Amino acid sequence: MLPHTENRLAGATLHLLSCPVCGQTVRYTSAEALACPCCGTHLFARKHASLSRAWAWLIAAVLCYIPANVLPIMETRTLFGRQDDTILSGVVYLWGAGSWPLAVVVFVASILVPLLKILSLSFLLLSVHFHWRWAPLQRTRLYRLLETIGPWSMLDIYVVALLVALVQLRGLATIQAGPGALAFAAVVVLTMLAAHAFDPRLIWDSVKETVHD
Amino acid sequence: MNDRASTTVVVCHDCDLVQRCDRLAIGQRAQCVRCGAMLHRGAGMGLQARCALVLAGLLVFCLANGFPLVSMSAQGSRTATTLFGAALALWRQDMQPVAVLVVGTAMLIPLLELLVLGYLMFPLLWDRVPLGFDRILRLLHYLQPWGMAEVFLMGVLVALVKLAHLADIVIGAGLWAFGALILLLALNASQFDSRELWACYRTLKTD
Ligand SMILES: [Zn+2]
Ligand SMILES: [Zn+2]
Ligand SMILES: [Zn+2]
Repeated sequence: MLPHTENRLAGATLHLLSCPVCGQTVRYTSAEALACPCCGTHLFARKHASLSRAWAWLIAAVLCYIPANVLPIMETRTLFGRQDDTILSGVVYLWGAGSWPLAVVVFVASILVPLLKILSLSFLLLSVHFHWRWAPLQRTRLYRLLETIGPWSMLDIYVVALLVALVQLRGLATIQAGPGALAFAAVVVLTMLAAHAFDPRLIWDSVKETVHD
Repeated sequence: MNDRASTTVVVCHDCDLVQRCDRLAIGQRAQCVRCGAMLHRGAGMGLQARCALVLAGLLVFCLANGFPLVSMSAQGSRTATTLFGAALALWRQDMQPVAVLVVGTAMLIPLLELLVLGYLMFPLLWDRVPLGFDRILRLLHYLQPWGMAEVFLMGVLVALVKLAHLADIVIGAGLWAFGALILLLALNASQFDSRELWACYRTLKTD
């Protein structure tokens, strides 16, 4: 009942392609864009200009990553003065307050995930660029992991939004969103766009070349 | 047009491997033999159950966004907020792009997903094909990666812990509804397969 294959052929070799929306398998004559005969979705043998688009989004994300971590994402004004919070100081605060499970969650979601996303996407892009042939399966899994955990970096943005709305106690304490929040939101969106632009089939194209050699 | 009954050829969207796939039984999943990508999913529930899930999702969505998620009282003053209220507060602080992102990812996209699912499936109950379903199905395909309601719920929990030391926090009805909404969204997504819906439309069209 499960999928099976006798001769491990690539869709590119047979000029076959499955439509992601309706599942129809289509035979194409050129690698140019074609429309699915069944549902009309634009299909590409490989995502158009995948590598250059992914690099462009990724470089933009790296540029935003620095202000996102250096600039305050939140400014708290109380009777005793003003305190600027960056993402890292938020994690330190949670740790100090004894809620270390949440400190770990925020650390992973806000600091580790964006950084790992940027690093592993660069790694994937480089590996395709230089036609590396080893561990295609692991690299494909890494890509799928990137797509799954991508949205979790939005966590800190939501926290700031809620704190800003709740802590408006006139004269006692108010919280303002800082410029770091803007940069951080940009990092989340840009890394997601970079991941969407990347085409994991490119990983396997280099492997296929080995077979033909 | 009886290609559903026999085996079909599928090309993996992640590793480009061509493979044959038999028709799936109820609740069965087909994964790529080489890279493990999910290729197909047989419907686990009947159409009526899936429609009921969408309705439940829409109802819970209204509760989750209509009632405050959290309220806070300190020194005699009380504040409460909903998801939309949180985004509005950001908007007022000249953080419009962030406010739009918050409303879009945590509220509008989950709502659109539910509405689209309803629009696509309810007419099937009466053997009707909804108008423009190819476009709507494509829209859903592009929307799905941007829905982040579950991340928002985690955000509420983190905010609760941060505020617990500052003031008295009361969890609102909206938060419980939001938890239920996440469950229903996940259930809806796990029961949805665009290829399966297409197969339904195809048989209706040819009849
Ligand atoms: Zn199609
Ligand atoms: Zn595969
Ligand atoms: Zn199949």
